Amino acid sequence: MSMQTEPFYLNIGPQHPSTHGVFRLRVQLDGEVVTDVDPIVGYLHRGIEKLAETRTYTQIIPLTDRLDYLASMTDNVAYCHAVEKLAGIKVPERAEYIRIILSELMRINSHMMAVGFFLNDCGAFFTPVLYMWREREKTLDIFDMVCGQRLLYNYMRVGGVSQDVPEDFLPAVKKFVAEMPRYIGEYNQLIKENEIFLARSKGVGILPRQTAIDIGASGPVLRASGVKWDVRKQDPYSLYERFDFEVPTGDTGDCYDRYWVRIQEMQQSLRIIEQALAQMPDKGPICADVPQFFRPPKGEAYGYIEAPKGNLGFYIVSDGSIAPYRLHIYPPTLINITALKDMVVGWKVADLIIIFGSMDVVLGEIDR
Amino acid sequence: MTLLDQFQLFLKTQGWPEWAYYSVPAIVAILIIIIAVLSVVIVFIWWERRLISRFQIRLGPNRCGPEGLFQPVATAVKILLKEDIVPAAADKIIHFIAPITVFVPILMIFAVVPFDAGAILVDLNVGIIYVIAISSISVIGIFMAAWASGNKYSFISGVRSIAQMVSYEIPVVLSIVGIALVTGSFAMNKIVEAQSPIPFILLQPLGFLIFFLGSLAEMNRSPFDLLEADSEIVAGYHIEYSGMKFAMFYLGEYGVALAYAGVITTLFLSGWQGPFLPGIIWFLVKVMLVFSVIVWIRSTLPRFRVDQLMAFAWKVMLPMAVINLILIAVEVLLIPASLQWVAMILNFGFAAVLILLWSKIYSLGGGRVEV
Repeated sequence: MSMQTEPFYLNIGPQHPSTHGVFRLRVQLDGEVVTDVDPIVGYLHRGIEKLAETRTYTQIIPLTDRLDYLASMTDNVAYCHAVEKLAGIKVPERAEYIRIILSELMRINSHMMAVGFFLNDCGAFFTPVLYMWREREKTLDIFDMVCGQRLLYNYMRVGGVSQDVPEDFLPAVKKFVAEMPRYIGEYNQLIKENEIFLARSKGVGILPRQTAIDIGASGPVLRASGVKWDVRKQDPYSLYERFDFEVPTGDTGDCYDRYWVRIQEMQQSLRIIEQALAQMPDKGPICADVPQFFRPPKGEAYGYIEAPKGNLGFYIVSDGSIAPYRLHIYPPTLINITALKDMVVGWKVADLIIIFGSMDVVLGEIDR
Repeated sequence: MTLLDQFQLFLKTQGWPEWAYYSVPAIVAILIIIIAVLSVVIVFIWWERRLISRFQIRLGPNRCGPEGLFQPVATAVKILLKEDIVPAAADKIIHFIAPITVFVPILMIFAVVPFDAGAILVDLNVGIIYVIAISSISVIGIFMAAWASGNKYSFISGVRSIAQMVSYEIPVVLSIVGIALVTGSFAMNKIVEAQSPIPFILLQPLGFLIFFLGSLAEMNRSPFDLLEADSEIVAGYHIEYSGMKFAMFYLGEYGVALAYAGVITTLFLSGWQGPFLPGIIWFLVKVMLVFSVIVWIRSTLPRFRVDQLMAFAWKVMLPMAVINLILIAVEVLLIPASLQWVAMILNFGFAAVLILLWSKIYSLGGGRVEV
């Protein structure tokens, strides 16, 4: 005798504690086992690409803040990098160093949030998040120092940065870099060897190396699958070829590897900041001579950088006016979550949540 | 002779009729217990919030009253003023009965918990069996709530609840049998009195661990809080409850924590016994200590997955509980009661060996299903 059964559909989101925003997963379940998953995006769509067509090149910078709102600084850098590539603007050296220091601080900041909320998805009731938050506050204080903002910075400009860093910026960064390794050690002590955490994350949600390459994944998600690919190394932009750092990779591409790659990247970022602090010129212009109503030449350019979540690109088409003809954003997290179905099918609902959490998604970037 | 018996005897000598001298003291005692339990629960809510804030390097509620002590009162008032919403898809009657079914058995546990020498409502000769039996009724209430809400998240939670509660009851009961073997009785007072030189936490460390972990699972506390896993199924079985009905679940959650903390204190931490201070103070101190450990675990550990949870019950705790039971039975036969410290040392050795052995031969993990 065969029982008549029907699939059990569960909507996880758009309002759910663990979707990191307004994401919706239409999940087909067999008991607790996920048999199919259908990500539905678009709840946070604000039409940033379209809005950009009616704004001047400088006015677009605040819009880019709203992409990955946990890593606004690198969004700004990516956009400015694309415009500079389009117009062929040379950025002054001091501005480049400021950008690099702030980008790497942003990477540490973003990875701390990613790891903290990943642990939260595992059910660790906010303790890891709040420990990470303690150090995140320090980076936010540094950002506050340079631009007066703590979340959406609007600090970069086409050709440089909006204002020079204050006097107490360098001591603050030095203090942070000196303190941070101890805190990373503390995270490792608390999380890395936890038996339940290992049982939950090791071998769970494997993204095979070939799949990761095929879908065009980038960032820690790609590197956790064992692909040694980092824009800062493969196609060095800014001054990254001057620094000595390593690209950490994982072996299997499971949730644990994605967590561990992020922790190691934080250490590498600290190395970069240390070197940048030593090399940074004391004086000098902080912005290239770019007019207020800046008209780049006709043409198109694609600039991309290594943002905390992966390869963030901006494709800009200019018709010679003060606003871009078309601006397209290549969001790393949207590309990364296309592999979600391959990763979660066959796992339990609880695994679906942590696999999704280990991708480190920010909905501002996915929906644009 | 419990305090209740003395009270009844006193009224009898005063010439009260039989129905009155029997029922009046009982009603008074029940009221005292209910009020005491609810006030301790309020303190528990405050204590958990403050303690968990300390673990999470923040301050916690500290504005309302001294050290934020009145914050739970404010919360209670807020919850009571909320609109009582019954979903359209809900089974209205069962949705109404479920919170009561969860809450009442939890209060009934306190009937057999000895708060002090003689301060016990009924000194049942099967006290601990009664606790296990009564606390199982709450599972039915939870499943009723989950099923009657007509919500898919709460449905998952309900299915999990049955599996979890049923699995963890077995090792818990087996670890209690170990105590009964040494004590020779199931009565709570006898168990407390049997722990006068050495509390059972030292005499049966493995039994204590099994009972403690099992009771964590029974009261849905982290890392076994799969029923209300907020990152997965939002709030689980009480997702569709609000107002007073939600308050019943909320009080029930802390009430069962208090009840199990009291039972653990009675069974393993020598109950109200202790030097210098009166028994009730010792009892409350030990209960607070147990509850603090529970809060500590909640703020530290991630959650198990559902298959790991079941595997932990059946592959780790059940065999260990059986081995523990056999070892204790052999010890009771071979070692005279005057040489309890020998058994204590032996049991610590056995516990260490067993835990090391299991950590080598068995590991959590795996879990992918081909579909």
